[in-house]
Amino acid sequence: MSHPTGDRMTQDLLRPLLHTSWRFWALVAFFGAIVLMGLGSVARTMVLGYGLTGIRWPNYWGFYITSFVFWIGISHAGTLISAILRLVNAGWRRPVTRCAEVITAFALMIGALFPIIHLGRPWYALWLAPYPSERLIWPNFRSPLVWDFFAINTYLTGSLLFLILPIIPDFAVVRDHSTGLRHKIYRALALGWRGTPKQWHRLETAMSIMAVAIVPVAVSVHTIVSFDFSMAPVPMWQSTIFGPYFVAGAIFSGIGGLIIAMAVLRKLLHLEAYLHPVHFENLGKLMLVMALLWGYFVFNERLVTYYGNGPSEMAVFWRTQRETFAPLYYTMVLCNFVLPLIILGIKKFRTITGCVIASFGVVIGMWLERFLIIAPSLGHKYLPYSYGIYRPTGIEIMVASSTFAAMCLLYVLFAKVVPIISIWEMKAGEHPSPDLMPQALEEHPLGELHL
Amino acid sequence: MPKWGMAVDLDTCTGCGACVTACHAENNISTVGPEQAARGRAKHWLRVERYWEGEFPDVRLKFRPVMCQQCDAAPCEPVCPTYASHHTEEGLNAQVYNRCIGTRYCANACPYNTRFFDFFNPAWDKPLQLQLNPDVSLREVGVMEKCTFCVQRIKATQIQAAAESREIKDGDIQTACAQSCPSKALVFGDLSDPESHVSRLARSGRGSKLLEDLGTFPNVNYLNRQVEA
Repeated sequence: MSHPTGDRMTQDLLRPLLHTSWRFWALVAFFGAIVLMGLGSVARTMVLGYGLTGIRWPNYWGFYITSFVFWIGISHAGTLISAILRLVNAGWRRPVTRCAEVITAFALMIGALFPIIHLGRPWYALWLAPYPSERLIWPNFRSPLVWDFFAINTYLTGSLLFLILPIIPDFAVVRDHSTGLRHKIYRALALGWRGTPKQWHRLETAMSIMAVAIVPVAVSVHTIVSFDFSMAPVPMWQSTIFGPYFVAGAIFSGIGGLIIAMAVLRKLLHLEAYLHPVHFENLGKLMLVMALLWGYFVFNERLVTYYGNGPSEMAVFWRTQRETFAPLYYTMVLCNFVLPLIILGIKKFRTITGCVIASFGVVIGMWLERFLIIAPSLGHKYLPYSYGIYRPTGIEIMVASSTFAAMCLLYVLFAKVVPIISIWEMKAGEHPSPDLMPQALEEHPLGELHL
Repeated sequence: MPKWGMAVDLDTCTGCGACVTACHAENNISTVGPEQAARGRAKHWLRVERYWEGEFPDVRLKFRPVMCQQCDAAPCEPVCPTYASHHTEEGLNAQVYNRCIGTRYCANACPYNTRFFDFFNPAWDKPLQLQLNPDVSLREVGVMEKCTFCVQRIKATQIQAAAESREIKDGDIQTACAQSCPSKALVFGDLSDPESHVSRLARSGRGSKLLEDLGTFPNVNYLNRQVEA
C-alpha cells in the first residue's frame, strides 16, 4: 500500500483546496440548483398545505420518513466504521476515515431535517425540545419521537466532534501552505495548533475517548429510529428484531455510500495514488458480511411472521411477497442480497468498478427496504374498510431526490475547504514517530489504541 | 367521576348515515371536495363501514359505524411527542389541536384509523360558514383531529347542571350521532353508572369490542347481530 510521501503528498492533497477549476463551479451550480428546487418544494407544501404530497388516510407517512430513515442509516457509514477501524488500528483506514466521517455529519444533517419538514406544522418543531415554557408543558418522554430527538442530537454532536478533532492538525497544514485571507481563516480554524507533543497527546486521548464513545451512540441511534416503528401496534412493525435489523441495514447502506463517495473522489480529485483498490476490496468484504447479515435478518423476519400466521401480519406479508409491493420487494432482495453476493463474493469481480456497482445496488435496495417497511403496513392495518395505497407526488419525489444532490453539494464544498484525506494521519502511518506516538499497552485486547 | 362510553347495536343500524352528517355538522368537520376525497383526504370522525358477505347474487350487506373507540390503553397517546393526544380524567382520548405539531404518529398507531389529518386549511362555500358550531374550534392545516364524544356537549351539560345544582341523569348528554340515529342504534352514556342504558347494553351477552385482542380496552361496545339481515 504505497503512496507518495512528504511534500509531494501534502501538495497532492492540498491541490483541491488551493486551485479551483471550472468543474468545481459547474458541480456546485448543478447540485445547488437541485437543492434549491427541493427547498422550493418544501416551502410550497408549508405555504399551500401538506395536501400537495401523496400521503393520505391511512398512509400518513411516506417518502419523507423513508428518506429520514435512509439518511440516518447512511450516516452509519462514517463514524461507526471509522471508529471501529481506529479501535482495531487497521492501517488501511488512514485514507478512508475522513471521507467516511464527513458522510456521517452530512447524512445526519439531511436526515434530521425530515422529521421537521414532515410535520404538519413545522414551525412548532421546537416543542420537541424540553425547554422551560411558561405553561410548564414538557415533551412527552414516552414518545419514541422524543427519544429520536435526543438520540439524533447526541449522535450529531458526537460525530461533528469526531470529524473536527482530527481536522485541526490538517487546518494547521493548510494554514502553513496558504497566504492572504485564506491564511487568516485557516489560522483561526487551526485553533493555535503547533504540533507539540503535548497537543498530539491530547488529540490522541480525545480521539480514543470519542472512538469508544461513538460506537454505542451510533448503535442506539438506529435502534431508536427503529423504535419509531416497533412501538406502534401496526402489523409487521411490532417486531423485536427491528433494532439490530435497522442497525445492520444502516451500516450496510453506509458502506455502500462510502464506497461510492470514495470512487467519485478518487476520479475527480485524482487520488489514485492514495485510494488503492485494496481499500475498496476491504470495504467490499465488509459490505459482503453486512449483506449476509441483512439477508439473515430479512429471512428471519419473514419466516417468523409466516409461522406466526397472524391474520393482519399475513395480509401485509402477502402484500409485499405477492401483491402490490412484490416488484419492489424482489428488486430490494436482488439489490441488497443477490447482487452484492455475486459481485463481492467472487474475488475476480471485487474490483473498484465491481464494488461501486454493488454499492449502487445496496443504496437503492436499502432505500426500497425503508419504503417497504413503511408503506405496505400503514396501508393495510386491521380493518379492511380502511385499506389504502400510498402514491408519492412530484413534490415528494423532488424533495427525496434533492437530498442526494444536497449530499453531493455538501461533499463538494467540504472537499474544497478541508483536505478530504487526512494528511497528518497518512504521514503518521508512514513514519510512526516514537515521540508523537506513545507506546500502547501491549496487553490491550483491541490492539494498539493510538491513532 | 363518569366514564363515557357508547354502545352500537349492529342489529338496528340501517347504515343511513344520519350519524355521519350530524357529526360533520356538530363538530365543524370541513369537507374536502370530490378530488381530495378520492385521494384519501376526507375526514369522517364517524364512518359507517360497509362489508359485503357471500357470493353474488346471495350477497348480504353489513354496516358497522366506527368512531374513535376512546380506548383506556390508547396506542395514540404514548406516541405523541407533545401531549397533544392525551387521556382526560373522564377517560376520553382528548386531542389538543393547538398543541399538535402534526407528526401523524398517533394516526399510524391507531388500529382503528379514526384519526384524521388536516391537509389544507378548512374552507366553506358561502353561506355555509354561517352554520358553524360556535362551541367547537376550527382546526388549522397540519393538525390531527378525531371524534371527541362531543366533549363540548358533555362540558356544557356538566356546567349547566352544576349551575342548577342538580345531578346529571342518564340521557341528559347526547352525542350528535346518538341524538340523530333514527333507529336508536347508537347509545351514549356513563359506563361508571351500572344502571345507565349504555352500561346495561354493554353488559348484555351481545356486547363485544372492536379488535379486542389488541389490548386497547375500547369504550365503545358493539352489540353483535342476532338476526341475519
